[in-house]
Amino acid sequence: MTQGKVRVLVAKPGLDSHDRGAKVVARAYRDAGMEVIYTGLHQTPEEVVEAAIQEDVDVIALSILSGAHLTLVPMVAGLLRERGIDDVLLLVGGIIPAEDRPNLKQAGAAEVFGPGSNLDEIVDFTRRNLRRGA
Amino acid sequence: MDLVERLLDGDRRALARAITLTENEDPAAAEIAAAVYPHTGQGRVIGVTGPPGAGKSTIVDGLTHLYRQAGLRVAVVAVDPTSPFTGGAILGDRIRMRRSAADAGVFIRSLATRGQLGGLSWHTGSVIRLLDAAGFPVIVVETVGAGQAEVEIMRHAETTVVVMIPGLGDEVQAIKAGILEIADVLAVNKADREGADALVKELQMMLQLGRPRVRPAEASSGEASPGVALPGVAWLPPVLKTVATSDQGLGDLVAAVDSHYRFLEESGGLAIRRRRELDAEIRGIIRDVAGQAACAWAETAGSWAEAFTRVIARRVDPRSAASELVSEFLGPRT
Repeated sequence: MTQGKVRVLVAKPGLDSHDRGAKVVARAYRDAGMEVIYTGLHQTPEEVVEAAIQEDVDVIALSILSGAHLTLVPMVAGLLRERGIDDVLLLVGGIIPAEDRPNLKQAGAAEVFGPGSNLDEIVDFTRRNLRRGA
Repeated sequence: MDLVERLLDGDRRALARAITLTENEDPAAAEIAAAVYPHTGQGRVIGVTGPPGAGKSTIVDGLTHLYRQAGLRVAVVAVDPTSPFTGGAILGDRIRMRRSAADAGVFIRSLATRGQLGGLSWHTGSVIRLLDAAGFPVIVVETVGAGQAEVEIMRHAETTVVVMIPGLGDEVQAIKAGILEIADVLAVNKADREGADALVKELQMMLQLGRPRVRPAEASSGEASPGVALPGVAWLPPVLKTVATSDQGLGDLVAAVDSHYRFLEESGGLAIRRRRELDAEIRGIIRDVAGQAACAWAETAGSWAEAFTRVIARRVDPRSAASELVSEFLGPRT
């Protein structure tokens, strides 16, 4: 029987055009044996959630370097709740000031990873906090 | 079954979950497959393949857009290879399908081949049938035409579009030979590049050489025109030029794809292809399931360890050892 693979959506919501970090994380997930769907730039929160639904992902990793995280993260989390999706791990990465992190976690992000975060730690955290028995 | 009811009702989460269960060979997948089968048969499957970098995803996005303009909902299955070293995959086709990804009438699912032992080629038929049952009249399956698994996947398509680009050089000779076997329509993409016209001519020539000539009694002109079916003639794949990034040539591509489908319907070829595909699919699954069962039995209840030791000691060759183990497995049935 084929084993299931962990499926991760790496998404860049909003107007931010810096995706090198997102691609580095995507490769790290791939090297850890996961299947990574990368959306490309300039996604709306609706597009992110719709992709997450169609791809039936276990994890949504939002990459935000534009400073718009306080708007975008709650929007994505809100849409997930609206669509009744409660088994997806939501992670945020990018340029996120320390004082904003509690805010994001309250909005629904399980963890926030700033610049220079250790890739192994990101992958490890992801594996340990999956909400579906994968 | 609740998941199937919701899938048939148009619930995308249910559809996506059913695809996951199918991919993972979850025990529920068999029940799902049985429940949806009566609801299949209306969708048509278009395959798009070709070497990496040919612009397949961009072409799929363009084709999808045109079918949507014609009022048809479209499902896209985009297949990318699983890394043989890590078991993971980067599934990046959605990036090139921005227009389609934002369209509520389109459903895009990215799948990884998941390795050689079975892998996705086992499940492609089942996944396509889920999309068919969910009510998508057009289902596009896109693969990188690199390996055996990808060619297997193309068997599920009724019309296969092969995308080529100019300037690939001699490496493409080997690809071309295989391509002519499976292509129903050829698209030379990035046709604004140098060498496009030469490639078109070369492909047309190879196609003409590989096809039976029409006997004069069966046609007025004595030679098949590309994309036009004459009675008693096999389809001659047209070679089209496209520049997918600016939507050039895509209207003609859709016309050629539709024309091929009509040809299949009118000539009875559609029914023949479907029978062949279902036959091959069933046999493939039997081989894989029975093969796995035989290996598992040989290792646990059979003489695997003993036979393997003899092979290592060069007292028996691998083929004979395998035959012995299979005979042991089959027991009195042999």
